[in-house]
Amino acid sequence: MSWTRWRKLLSALFVGFCGLSVLLVLVPLALVLFFLVKEGIQAVNLDFFTHMPTPVGEPGGGMANAIVGTLMMSGLAAVMAVPIGVLSGIYMSEYAGTRFASLVRFAADTLNGVPSIVIGVFAYSVAVLPFKQFSALAGGFALGVMMIPIIARTTEELLLLVPGAMREGALALGATHARAVFSVVVPAALPGIITGVVLALARIAGETAPLLFTALNNRFFSTRLTQPISSLTVQVYTYATGPYADWHRQAWAGALVLVSIVLVCSLLARLATRRLERMHARG
Amino acid sequence: MVVLLVLGIGFELTRQSMLSIQKFGFNFWRTEVWDPVAGDFGALPFIWGTLYSSILALLLAAPIALGIAIFISELCPNWLKQPLVFLTELLAAIPSIVYGLWGMFVLVPAVRALENSTPDALRQLPLFSGPGIGVGMLSAALILAVMIVPFTSSVAREVLKAVPAAQREGAYALGATRFEAIRAAVFFARTGIVGAVMLGFGRALGETMAVTMVIGNNPRISASLFAPQHTMAAVIANEFTEADTALYLDALVEIGLVLFVITLVINGLSRLLIWSMARSGTGSRAAAAASPAESAA
Repeated sequence: MSWTRWRKLLSALFVGFCGLSVLLVLVPLALVLFFLVKEGIQAVNLDFFTHMPTPVGEPGGGMANAIVGTLMMSGLAAVMAVPIGVLSGIYMSEYAGTRFASLVRFAADTLNGVPSIVIGVFAYSVAVLPFKQFSALAGGFALGVMMIPIIARTTEELLLLVPGAMREGALALGATHARAVFSVVVPAALPGIITGVVLALARIAGETAPLLFTALNNRFFSTRLTQPISSLTVQVYTYATGPYADWHRQAWAGALVLVSIVLVCSLLARLATRRLERMHARG
Repeated sequence: MVVLLVLGIGFELTRQSMLSIQKFGFNFWRTEVWDPVAGDFGALPFIWGTLYSSILALLLAAPIALGIAIFISELCPNWLKQPLVFLTELLAAIPSIVYGLWGMFVLVPAVRALENSTPDALRQLPLFSGPGIGVGMLSAALILAVMIVPFTSSVAREVLKAVPAAQREGAYALGATRFEAIRAAVFFARTGIVGAVMLGFGRALGETMAVTMVIGNNPRISASLFAPQHTMAAVIANEFTEADTALYLDALVEIGLVLFVITLVINGLSRLLIWSMARSGTGSRAAAAASPAESAA
C-alpha cells in the first residue's frame, strides 16, 4: 500500500472512530431513558403525587412527603445560595483581573469539584452535630453549599456578556460604580441570571449524597424545618436498595419524576438563554 | 465568602477527624483491616477501590470523550452540532441516583450474564477471578465511564475551540489528511486536553450514589474486575449513619477529608492546565476581540 493511501485510510479510520464514540455514548443515554419511562410509567399516577408511602406489603401509595421535602430543601438552598452566589459573581466580573477575583474564581471552581458526599460530611459537622438533630435546615444548607459556585460562575459569565458600552454609558451619566452595576448591568443580565438559578436548582434537586446524613429521611409528612425530612432522591435510594418489588416500582417512578423535573428545567433554561442570546445579537 | 467556605470545609473536616488521626496516624492509610466492632480502622481498601474504579473508568471514557469532542468541534456538519451538544449535556444532567437505579436493575444483570459466559480459562486469571455476581468493579467502572464522558468531552470541546483556525488551515494547506490536521490541533491543545481528562478523573473519584449501588461494598482489596469492592465515597454514604462510636465516625470523616484533599489537588491542577491553555491559545484572539470594544468607547 502506498504511503498516501495509508494516510487516507488512517484518516478514514479516525473519523470512523469519532463517529462511533458518539454512537457509543448515545446508547447508554437511550437505554437509561428507555428503562426509566418503561418501568416508571407503571407507578406514576395521581396517587403518587398526593399520597403517602404505604406500609410494607401494601400496594399503592406515593411520595407526597418526598416531593414536598425536595421542594422545601431546594427552596432553602436557593434562599441561602442566590444572594451569596450572585454577589460573588458580580464581584468576579466587576473586579475581573484583580488577584482576589481570581482567587474567588479558583475557589468557586474548586468548590464545584468537591464531591457531594464530602459536602454532606461538612454539613453534618456544621449543621447537625452541634444541634444533635438531623433536620431539613441541614439538608438545605448542604444543597446551598453546592449551589453557590454554580450560581456564582453563571452570574459572572452573564455579566461579562453585557456590552461594555452600557456600563460606560451609566458611568458617563455620573452614576457611581455601585449604581452602574446594580441599576444598569445587573438588570440587563437578570433573565440570564434567573436561568442560571433554575439550572442550579435542577442540579441540586437531583443530589442524594449530601442529604443522606443531613436531612436523613422521614416516613411521614413533615414541613418542620428542625425535623428530619424526606426527599425524592433519598427515597429512591431507600426503595431501590430495599428488597420489595413494590418498592422497586416506586423507586423507578420517583426517578422518572426526578428526571422529568430536571429535564423540564434544563429545557426551559436553554430556550430562555437562546432567546437572550438572540436579543443580545440583535442589540 | 466562597473562599471562606472552601477553607471552612477543610478546617471542619480536620477538626472532626482528629480522634482517628491521632489514634492511627499514617497506619490508617497502610492497613486494610476495617473492623468497626473491634474499633480497628484501615482505609487502604477504599483508596484502592476508588483509584481502581476511577482509573478504569478513565481508560474507558477518555478516548470516547475525546472522540466526541473532536467529532462535534471538527467533523460534524453544522446542523448536527447543537443537537449533539444537547444530548451529551443531557447525559450530564441525569442525577447520579438515577444512574445507580439503572445500574442496579439493568446494567448489573447484563454484566452478570457477561461474567458467567466468560470462558473458564480466562476466569483462572486474577483479573477475572471471583464469583460472577454482577455487582463489582466492572459495573462500577462502566457506569462511572458513562457519567464522566460528558464532563470531559465538553471541556475538551471548549479547548479545541480555542485552537486558532490557522493551525488547521496551515496543516491542510501542507496537504495533510483530516486525521493529520486534527492531530496538529489536538497537539496544540494538549495541556487543555490533559486538564479535561483530569477533570473527569476528579468527578469519578468523588462519585458516590451510582457507585455505591453497583460496586458491592466489600472492603477487600482485589485485582479482579468481577470482585465486589468498595470506594471512599461509598463507605461514607453507607456507614455514616451507622457509626456508633466517636472513633468510627472520625475515621469516616478522615476518609472524607482525604477525598476532599485529593479532589482539590486534581481539580486545581486541571484548572491550571486548562487556563494556561486558554491563555496561550486565545491570547491573540481575545486581544483582538477586546480591542474593538475599547475603541468603540
